[in-house]
Amino acid sequence: MTATTTNAADRRTPHSGGTGRAGTGQAGPNRPRLPGRLRRVGLPYLLLLPALLLELLVHLVPMVFGILMSFKELTQFFIRDWTSAPWSGFDNYRVSVDFDAPIGQALLHSFFVTIGFTVLSVGLAWLIGTTAAVYMQENFRGRGILRAVFLTPYALPVYAAVITWAFMFQRDNGLVNHVLGDQLGLTDGHTFWLIGDNSFVALLTVHVWKLWPFAFLIIMAGLQNIPRELYEAASIDGAGIWQQIRRITLPSLRSVNQVLVLVLFLWTFNDFNTPYVLFGKSAPEAADLVSIHIYQASFVTWNFGTGSAMSVLLLLFLLVVTAVYLVLTSRGRKAADV
Amino acid sequence: MSSTAQAPGAARTAPRRSPSAPPPSFVWSRRVFLTLLTIFVLVPVYVMLSSSLKPLQDVSGAFRWVPSGLTIRPYIDIWSTVPLAKYFVNSLIVAGAATVCSVIVAVFAAYAVSRYRFRGKRVFTVTVLSTQMFPGILFLLPLFLIYVNIGNATGIALFGSRGGLILTYLTFSLPFSIWMLIGYFDSVPQSLDEAALVDGCGALGALFRIIVPAAIPGIVAVAVYAFMTAWGEVLFASVMTNETTRTLAVGLQGYATENNVYWNQVMAASLVVSVPVVAGFLLLQRYLVTGLTAGAVK
Repeated sequence: MTATTTNAADRRTPHSGGTGRAGTGQAGPNRPRLPGRLRRVGLPYLLLLPALLLELLVHLVPMVFGILMSFKELTQFFIRDWTSAPWSGFDNYRVSVDFDAPIGQALLHSFFVTIGFTVLSVGLAWLIGTTAAVYMQENFRGRGILRAVFLTPYALPVYAAVITWAFMFQRDNGLVNHVLGDQLGLTDGHTFWLIGDNSFVALLTVHVWKLWPFAFLIIMAGLQNIPRELYEAASIDGAGIWQQIRRITLPSLRSVNQVLVLVLFLWTFNDFNTPYVLFGKSAPEAADLVSIHIYQASFVTWNFGTGSAMSVLLLLFLLVVTAVYLVLTSRGRKAADV
Repeated sequence: MSSTAQAPGAARTAPRRSPSAPPPSFVWSRRVFLTLLTIFVLVPVYVMLSSSLKPLQDVSGAFRWVPSGLTIRPYIDIWSTVPLAKYFVNSLIVAGAATVCSVIVAVFAAYAVSRYRFRGKRVFTVTVLSTQMFPGILFLLPLFLIYVNIGNATGIALFGSRGGLILTYLTFSLPFSIWMLIGYFDSVPQSLDEAALVDGCGALGALFRIIVPAAIPGIVAVAVYAFMTAWGEVLFASVMTNETTRTLAVGLQGYATENNVYWNQVMAASLVVSVPVVAGFLLLQRYLVTGLTAGAVK
C-alpha cells in the first residue's frame, strides 16, 4: 500500500515539479505552502488515488473488457473463463445492426422506443420541475410543507415506488382502472396497462413521477443564485411578475438547464430500474427500453457477446449525442453572451 | 376589494422577490398547478399506506378508496413471508458502507482538485464525470465476469458478497459527489485554510479542521445522495447477490408467488423500507438545497 502510493508520487514528480512551481508562481501567496518538495507535488495524486483506483476497477477496466467481449463469441459455456472464448471479429456488431433479421430489428425497435420515452420523460420532468420551482420561488403559506411533499418521489426507493405504481396499474384491483373506468367512465375499466401498447404510457407516467422532483430540486437551487437586485430593479421599472419570469428567471437558468437536461437525458436513456420493477425481466414490446433489451440478450438468453456489442453501440450513441449537445449549447451560450 | 387588502399584508409577510404582491392571475394559476401536482405526487403514497392496512380480500378485489376494515396483519406477516429483516440488514450494511467510503474518497479527491494545480487535473475530472454517461448495462456484464474471475483466482468472494456490492455502489455516487464537493470547497475562502497552514497545520489538518467543517451542508448532501443511490439500486443487486446477501431491492419481489400477489404485504413492506429513507431525506433536504446551490449549480 505504502509502496504503491510512494511509487505513484515518485513517478509523477518530474512532470508535476514544473507545473507545481508554475502554479505557485502564478497564484502567489494564495497557494498553500507545504513542507518538502515531494509532498507538495505528490499530495494531490495521493489524494486522488483512491477515487482513481475505484473508477478504474469498477468503470474503466470493465468498459475496456466490455469492448473486448463484444468481439468474442461469448456464451454461457465460457463464463468461467471468458478470455478463452473464440474471437468473432465484428460478428456481434453485424448481428446487432442487421435490421432485416429479428435481433437487429428488435434492437432498432427498442432504440426508437427509448428515444421517444427519453424525449417525452425529460421534456415533461423538466417542464413540471421548472414550473413548480418558479411558482414556489416566492414565499407563501405552506411552502415548506409542499416542498417536502414534492421531494417525496425522489426520496422513495425506486423499487418501493415502482411496485406501488405496478399495483395501481393492475387490471382488476388497480386504482387507475377504478378511477378512469368506474369513477370517470373514460375507459371500460378493463384496460391492460402493463402489457400491450398502454405499457408505454404506464412507464412514462411512473418515470416522470419519479424524475421531476430532481429537476425541481436543481432548478430551486439555481433560482437561489439569482441576485434579488435584478428583480427589484425590474419591478421599479414596472415589470410585472410574468415579465420578470420571462426576462429574468428563465434566462438566468440557462447554464443550470444545460447540465440538468443532459443529466436527465443520460439517466433516462440508461434507466433500468423503472422498467425492470414494473415489467420484470422482459418488457412488453411498446415499452422495451434498450437497457432491458440488452439485459435480456445477455442474462436471459446468455449471449454476452451480442449484449456487449449492443452496449458499446449504445455508449457510442450517447458519446456522440453528448458531444454534439455540449458543442451546441456552449456555442449557443457564447452567442448569447456576445 | 381583496387586492387592496392583500397588498400590504403580502408585503409584510415576505417580499422574497418582488416588492408588490403577485397579481391574481399568478396566484390562481399557482394554486391550480400546485394542487394538481400534489395529487399526482401523493396518490401513490396514499395507495401504499391505505393498502398496507387492508385485509387480503380487499386488495384482491376492485380498488376501493376507503378500506372496508383496517388491519395491521400485513405488518406482522411481512417478516415471515420473506426474510425481510435479513434483506433490511443487508441493504443497511451495503448502503451504509458504500456511503461512508464514497464520502471519504470524494472529500479527498475534491480537496485535491479544488486546492492544487497538477498535471492531469482536467483529464481526471472529465474522465470521472464521463463515467456518468456509461450505461449500467455496459459494465454490468464485464464487472460480473471480473468479480467471478477474481473470485476464482484469489478466493476473494466479490461476486455474491456484500463487499462486491459495496465496492460497486460506492463508485456510482462518486462522480457526482466529487463534482459537487469541488464546487463546494471552491466556495470556502482559501484564506481560511491558508491561515491554518501558516499556523502549522498540515494539508490534511487544514482539510479536516477548516474545509470539512465549513462544507458540512455539501458533505451531508453528498452522503444523502450516496445512500439513496445505493439503497435504491436494482440492476446490480439483482445480478450480484445470492440467497444470503440479497438486498431489499430484490427481496421485495418475493411477495409475488405463482398463484397470488400479497399486495397488502407488498405495500406494507414498501412502506417499512421507505420510511427510514424518506424521513432522513426530508430532515436533511435543507442541506441538500444549500449543498446543491453552492456546489453543483454554480
